[in-house]
Amino acid sequence: MHVVYPVVVSALLFSIGVYGVLARRNAILVLMSVELMLNAVNLNLVAFDVWLGDRLHGGQVLTLFVIVIAAAEVGLGLAIVLAVFRTRRTVDVDRLRALAEVVRTPEPGRPDGEGAS
Amino acid sequence: MTAVVALIVLLPFAAAVAGLLATRLGTRDVRAEDVRTRGVGARDARTADVGARAERAAYRRAAWFAIVPGTVSAALTVWLAAALARGTPATDGRFWAELLPGRTEGTLTVVETGSVPISLTLRADGLSVLAGILVVVVALAVQVYSVGYMRDEPRYPSYSAFVSLFTSAMLLVVYAGDLIVLYAGWEIMGLCSYLLIGHWWEDRANSRAAVKAFLVTRLGDVGFLFGIFVLGLSAGSFRIDDVLRADLPRGTLVAATLLLLAGVAGKSAQVPLQTWLPDAMAGPTPISALIHAATMVAAGIFVVARLYPAFLAAPPTLDVLGVVAAVGMLGAALAALAQDDLKRVLAYSTISQLAYMAAALAAGSDRAAMFHLVSHGAFKALLFLCAGLVIHHVGSNLISHMGGLRTALPVTFWTMTIGFAALAGLPPASGFFSKDAVLSAVEHGTGPAQPLVYASALLTVGVTGAYAARAWLRTFFGPARIEPLPEPPPGVAHVFDGREAPPSMLWPAGVLAVPALLLGLAGWAAGVQVEWGPAAASLAVALLGAGIVYALWRAAPEQDPARLLGPFRAPCERAFYVDAAYAALVTRPVLRLARGVVRTDARVVDGAVRGSGRATLGLSGLVRLAQNGNAQLYVTGLLAGLVLIAVAAVVLT
Repeated sequence: MHVVYPVVVSALLFSIGVYGVLARRNAILVLMSVELMLNAVNLNLVAFDVWLGDRLHGGQVLTLFVIVIAAAEVGLGLAIVLAVFRTRRTVDVDRLRALAEVVRTPEPGRPDGEGAS
Repeated sequence: MTAVVALIVLLPFAAAVAGLLATRLGTRDVRAEDVRTRGVGARDARTADVGARAERAAYRRAAWFAIVPGTVSAALTVWLAAALARGTPATDGRFWAELLPGRTEGTLTVVETGSVPISLTLRADGLSVLAGILVVVVALAVQVYSVGYMRDEPRYPSYSAFVSLFTSAMLLVVYAGDLIVLYAGWEIMGLCSYLLIGHWWEDRANSRAAVKAFLVTRLGDVGFLFGIFVLGLSAGSFRIDDVLRADLPRGTLVAATLLLLAGVAGKSAQVPLQTWLPDAMAGPTPISALIHAATMVAAGIFVVARLYPAFLAAPPTLDVLGVVAAVGMLGAALAALAQDDLKRVLAYSTISQLAYMAAALAAGSDRAAMFHLVSHGAFKALLFLCAGLVIHHVGSNLISHMGGLRTALPVTFWTMTIGFAALAGLPPASGFFSKDAVLSAVEHGTGPAQPLVYASALLTVGVTGAYAARAWLRTFFGPARIEPLPEPPPGVAHVFDGREAPPSMLWPAGVLAVPALLLGLAGWAAGVQVEWGPAAASLAVALLGAGIVYALWRAAPEQDPARLLGPFRAPCERAFYVDAAYAALVTRPVLRLARGVVRTDARVVDGAVRGSGRATLGLSGLVRLAQNGNAQLYVTGLLAGLVLIAVAAVVLT
C-alpha cells in the first residue's frame, strides 16, 4: 500500500480535528477534536514507520507515547470541563469569557487617560 | 632654574587648593565635639559662639593660605630675574636682550595627540619675568589688601582661593612655553574672572555681569583657540619657539594672527568686545584692581608681545590692531569722562590705556607696549586699591557722593594723587615715561592707519588728563558730600565707620605707589629713550585737558565738570550706546531664537514623544479588541500565523 493513502487519511483527520477545535462550542466536542488531531498524528507516525522501515520502530514507540499522553490529557480535560460545569452551569466555550480584558473607564476628575493603563 | 619657574606657578595653585579644601577642615570638628560634650541643653548659645569663633579661625587661616605662598612666589620671581640678568646674551635681539638676557626652558612631558604633539613646557625669559613680577607683586598687594577689605565677608576663604587660582593661571600664561599650555591658563583666568565678578551673586546684577564677562571673553577665545590651531598645525608644533622659528606663508600668518586678535580683543577688552569690562566692576574692588586693571586684561597684550615676530610678519593684522586701538582709546577715554561711578571711570580708563599698548604694538614697538603694560599695571592697581579705600569710607561708588575727602583720608589722597598723575602722564610719575614711549613709537610707526592712530593718541592724552583731573577733584576737593546712607544690602557696599581703612589696606596702596611713581625713572635709567620735544607737547596737551576741567570745576565746585561735553554727554555716559546696540543686534535676536528653540522643543520634540505614546495607546486599543476572552479565536489567530509562516517559507525558499 502506498504511503499516500494513510497520509491523506491522516491529513483529513487532522483537518477535521482543527475544524472541531476552532468551531465547536461544546467543550467536550473540542476535546474530542483534539483527540482526532492526535490520532491523525499517530496514523502518520505508524505509516511512515512502516514506509521508512525503521529498524528500531521509533514511530510505533512514539505512537504508544502519544496514546498514553492523550489518555492523560483527556482525563485532565474532562476534569476541567466538569469543574467548569459545576461552577458555571455551562460548557459552552463561547460563553467562557473570563480571559477577556476588563475595560476600565477613566476615573472622574482625571484630565485624560495618562497614567491609567 | 625651570624647577623654580614651576614652583612660582604651582605655589599659588597649591594655595588655592588649600584655601578651598582646608580652611574649615578642623573647625567643623570643634563645633561637633563641643555639642557632643556639653549636651543638648547648652547647645544653642554655645553653637552661636563657637560658630563665630570658627568663622574667625577660617578667615585667619585663609588669609595665611593666601599670603604666604604669594610671598614665596614673589621672592622666587625676584631670584629668577636676578638669575636671568646674569645669563648669556641671546642672539634673537628682542628688546629685553640687554637687560635680562638669560632664558630657561623645561619640558615636563610631550603629550602625543596623533597629529601635532602638545609639550608641557614652561619657559622663562626677559618678557615673562617682566610680566611675572608685575603679576606676583600686584597679586600679593591685592591679597594683603583683601584681608582688610573683606574682613566681614563670610565667603572670604573661597574668594582668596580664587584669587590665588587666578594668580596661578596668569603665571601659567606668562611662563608657558607651549601655546596649548598658555591657552589652559588663559581659560582658567576666564573662569576665575567669572567666579570673582559674581562673588556677591545675591545681587542679580552682579551675576549678570559675571555671565556677560564670561560670554564676551569666551566669544573672543573661540577665535583665539582657532588661531592657535592654525599656527600650531601649520608650524607642526605648539611650542612657541618652534612656531616663531617656523617659516610660515604670509596668508597663514595673517589668518592666524587675526584669529588670535579676536581673543586678545576679548581678554584685553578692546573694541568691539570691550563691553564686559565696565560691567565687571560689579566684583569686589580688589578684584577690579587685580584682574580688570593689572593682570588679566594685560594678558591679551602680553600674548601679542610673546608672539610678536608672527604679528610683525603680518602687517594687515597690525593695521587692524591699530584701528581698533585708535577707536578704543578715544572712545573709552570720552566715556570715562562722563561716568559718575568711580570704578567705571577707572574701567573705561583701563580700556583706553590698553588701547595705548595695542597702538604701540601696532606701531611696531613691543618694548613701549610692555613698558606701558608694567607701569599701567602698577598705577592702575594703585588707583583701584585707592578707589576701594574711598568706597570703603564713603559707602558708595558714585563720585557725586564723594568730595572733600582730602583731610579725612590723607594717605589715600596722596597715593591716589600719584596714581592719577601717572594716569595723566605727568612727570615724574611712571605714566609719563611709558606713555611717551608709546607716543613716540606711534609717531614713528608705519602703515596706512598710522595718522589716525597718532591723532587719536594725542587727543586721548588730553581727554585722559581731563577725566583724571575730574575724578581727582570731585573725590578729594570741594564740599564734603557725605550723607548718611541707608543700610546697604549685604555685600554691596560697606557701612561708613568714619575712619581711614585698616593698615592692611593702606600698606598695599602705599607700597604700590612706589613703582607707580618711580618705575618710569627706572625704565628711563634702563635705557628707554625719552624724546623730550614730543613729551613736552603731550604733557602740554594733558595739562590743557586737566586745566579745562579745573577751570570748570573752579567756577562751580558743586557741578560736574563733565558738563563741558554738552549734548555729547549722554552718549558718552552710555559709552556710545554700544551696549544698547549689542542688545538690539545680538542679545535680543539670540533670546528670541532661544525662545523659539524652547517652543520648538516643547511643541515638536516633546510633542513627538508624547504623540508616539498616545499613538501607541490608540493602536493598542485596536489590538485590545481582539482579546475578547474566546480561546478559540486565539487559537485561530495562532493557526493563521502558522499557516502564514509556512506559506512564506515555502514561497520564499
